[in-house]
Amino acid sequence: MNVTKGKEGKDQMADGYILQMKNITKTFPGVKALSDVTLEVSEASIHAICGENGAGKSTLMKVLSGVYPHGSYEGQIFFQGKEMAFKNIKESERAGIVIIHQELTMIPELSVTENIFMGNEIIEKGLINWEKERKRTKELLEEVGLHINPNAIIKNLGVGQQQLVEIAKALSKNVKLLILDEPTSSLNESDSENLLKLMLGLKKQGITCIMISHKLNEIAAVSDYVTVIRDGQTVDGYAVEAGKVDENKIIRAMVGREIENRYPEHTPKIGEVVLEVSDWNVEDAKVPGKMLCKNSKFHVKAGEIVGFAGLMGAGRTELMRSLFGKNMGIFRGGTIKIHGRDVKINSVQDAIKNKIAYVPEDRKVLGLNLLDTIRKTTVSANLDEIKTGGLLDFDKERAAAEKYRESLKIKCRDVSVGVNTLSGGNQQKVVLSKWMFTEPDILILDEPTRGIDVGAKYEIYKLIHELADQGKAVVLVSSELPELLGMADRIYTIFEGTITGEISAKEATQEILMKKMTITA
Amino acid sequence: MKYVKKVLGEDLRQYTMVVALVALILIFNIASGGKMITSSNFQNLIAGNAYVLVLALGMLMVIVIGQIDLSVGSVAGFASMVMAITARQFNLPWYVAILVALAIGMAAGAWQGFFLSRLGIPGFITTLGGMMIFRGGVIWISNSISVPVPSELKWFGAGYLPEWGPAFTGMNNSTLLLGIIAIAVFAVLQVKKYNHSGDVTGVKEELWPTAIRIGIVAVVIGYLTWLFGSGRVGTSFPIPGLILVVLIIVYYLITERTSYGRHVYAVGGNKSAAELSGVNVKRTYFLTMLNMSVLAAVAGILFVGRSTAAGPADGTSWEMDAIASVFIGGASVSGGVGTVIATMVGGLVMAVLNNGLMLMGVGADKTQVIKGFVLLAAVAFDVYNKKNRK
Repeated sequence: MNVTKGKEGKDQMADGYILQMKNITKTFPGVKALSDVTLEVSEASIHAICGENGAGKSTLMKVLSGVYPHGSYEGQIFFQGKEMAFKNIKESERAGIVIIHQELTMIPELSVTENIFMGNEIIEKGLINWEKERKRTKELLEEVGLHINPNAIIKNLGVGQQQLVEIAKALSKNVKLLILDEPTSSLNESDSENLLKLMLGLKKQGITCIMISHKLNEIAAVSDYVTVIRDGQTVDGYAVEAGKVDENKIIRAMVGREIENRYPEHTPKIGEVVLEVSDWNVEDAKVPGKMLCKNSKFHVKAGEIVGFAGLMGAGRTELMRSLFGKNMGIFRGGTIKIHGRDVKINSVQDAIKNKIAYVPEDRKVLGLNLLDTIRKTTVSANLDEIKTGGLLDFDKERAAAEKYRESLKIKCRDVSVGVNTLSGGNQQKVVLSKWMFTEPDILILDEPTRGIDVGAKYEIYKLIHELADQGKAVVLVSSELPELLGMADRIYTIFEGTITGEISAKEATQEILMKKMTITA
Repeated sequence: MKYVKKVLGEDLRQYTMVVALVALILIFNIASGGKMITSSNFQNLIAGNAYVLVLALGMLMVIVIGQIDLSVGSVAGFASMVMAITARQFNLPWYVAILVALAIGMAAGAWQGFFLSRLGIPGFITTLGGMMIFRGGVIWISNSISVPVPSELKWFGAGYLPEWGPAFTGMNNSTLLLGIIAIAVFAVLQVKKYNHSGDVTGVKEELWPTAIRIGIVAVVIGYLTWLFGSGRVGTSFPIPGLILVVLIIVYYLITERTSYGRHVYAVGGNKSAAELSGVNVKRTYFLTMLNMSVLAAVAGILFVGRSTAAGPADGTSWEMDAIASVFIGGASVSGGVGTVIATMVGGLVMAVLNNGLMLMGVGADKTQVIKGFVLLAAVAFDVYNKKNRK
């Protein structure tokens, strides 16, 4: 296993490190994604990396695996004692570093064998030797504890099995360092457990694993060492002894930054309960048995801004979209009360009729038709409002668009220009105006400030306050804890589809939230 | 240039195809020694191509929702053949015969709409199946023999407006009346628009661009009125053309001024966003396919009316002309883009090509080749333009 050569190599290995990334700095135009990050991973260990969404974990792994080639970043990478300069993934794989991404990258229509040997076929006399490939695949599958036919088609396997095939594929390449990017985020509980067991098994065989995860219970269960990254910097590292980890310490390290005064002052005027959701259950449409929402129960009052905190994939968006007309997952029971009255909402049209509005998280994919003009977008969710004698009235349409252009300060030459010409902040304002035009009582905002500059954020915050003051019940889903603490009156935390906590914003701190977001209550 | 824009609107590119169309007409007129711009040729041009333009209206909406309908020719042929056979068998009056054809179109559209909207089978496949089913059906039920249709239908396919009133006008007075109505309606709408122009923005438009617009349209319609009306006695602006004009107005209103029309563009532009805005995507798919097949039946009626009999090969490859018209009109293959007026211009370009090449004595083989190149050139030009805009 250890192919150490030369004196220098021996010295490096003497420290027991298989990988050392020293002073890595990676800059994108205008953004410093990584700044002086150092990562040292011991041979035959499980090393966890954690940090908030956007902290720079994935960027660091892309630097390591050569997705960002040598020369596009500063700093040094030592692997098995030798300095490496990977130009692409192929080179890093040849050295024995394999990364398994969150989204699986296999070809669904091909067999397990074909996928494992994709680009790496066993070729004899110009032809593929299927016999040998299948035999080897069988062995590899045994190694990862998967008892399936090597000829099985990938798309017929469950997500958990697919992940194991990915690992088998990595083993076929003589992997020495296996990187798993949030490996359990799309798995159900028993599959997750299997995977963690397999990682421990690989460790015994001398294979090193890096696991990117923000599930502290998993980190505690399997890892030997944790490195915390925050805002593109390594902030801390801890040895994890005998499956025990000081979760509070890690949480503090993950969130550590001060809240700046980026939020407008606001005194809420809270009224009656408007929205009440009980026992809401939703199953993943793609992964049978995986629940996206488990007995979710929450309420929102008029004039109240209720935050939802949770890490990526925790089920916040899934909960909101299933409420908004069963738009996601398979509904498995639950009730919605609006103003104390039971309502049945089976489609988006029903939801709009019941005065619910949902501003989706990805405005370019879900919020906007980028071919449309501002005026057409503004009225698109409430066309009945601009009709005169059964036909759409362009004067009314223009009047509506002009009204929001003025009140939301949408910067544009004319409301007849395409929404694709606007900046992110202005696009988001157009999406908001589209939903304000439906005059909702309940406004669900999913990551309303993602990808928007600070100035525009402030305007959107003020707008959210205004909407709340008009007596609307506002739900604010956000990945940014400071935003939730600065904006919400009350915050629910979600972890793996379960609402794990409810806390008033006054009592909440980033540490408390992060703890509830990473552990089942 | 600034003044031109005030009259014609900000985006002058939309007139590219109009310019090309006029240029084509002039070129063919010269090349054919003046045979192009004559009353009888223009009457022929419209009467002989109205059915393709009717198909293009439906095809536009199908393409805007991001689908394609390959079955329209077969559906047109099938609907008109069933109409012809039942009319002869049961001695049906012409209006019942028309209802039969429309009902067949509706049933065919519901069939294809079901597979697309309920089962999620792409329109390409659904209608490829439909194309074979209905083409085979036509040949089957007709035993490959043409069937005459009620003689009254000739009026729909090749009829003319009545002659009446004084002769000193020097033309068909019905056509003249139509022309005057068209100019008057346009003028009234323009003046109304001008009066409203300041209501929302607070900035009143100037009066002169409106006046010039009315002037230009009056001259163009006036000229066409004279051209269509001054033919041989008994001829006028053709009935199929009139039906087409009515349909253009109806579909212009549907696409621009109704919720359903907006939904069509929303589904084609971004299906997920449309769904999250409360658009019933399945219903939109269904209605659009249904509408297409009904228009196919209308096209079939116009065509067999003109040829006085339903033939087993009627409608063969009509879908290609309809699709070409829509794309020459600037629609996008990925959906969400395209307008009724531009599609009609695209359809007329195809029609003028057909007609002009025929006048010059170019064979069908070469006409086909030239049409193929024109389609490619028009779309390539459009794509190039859009790239440069960014």
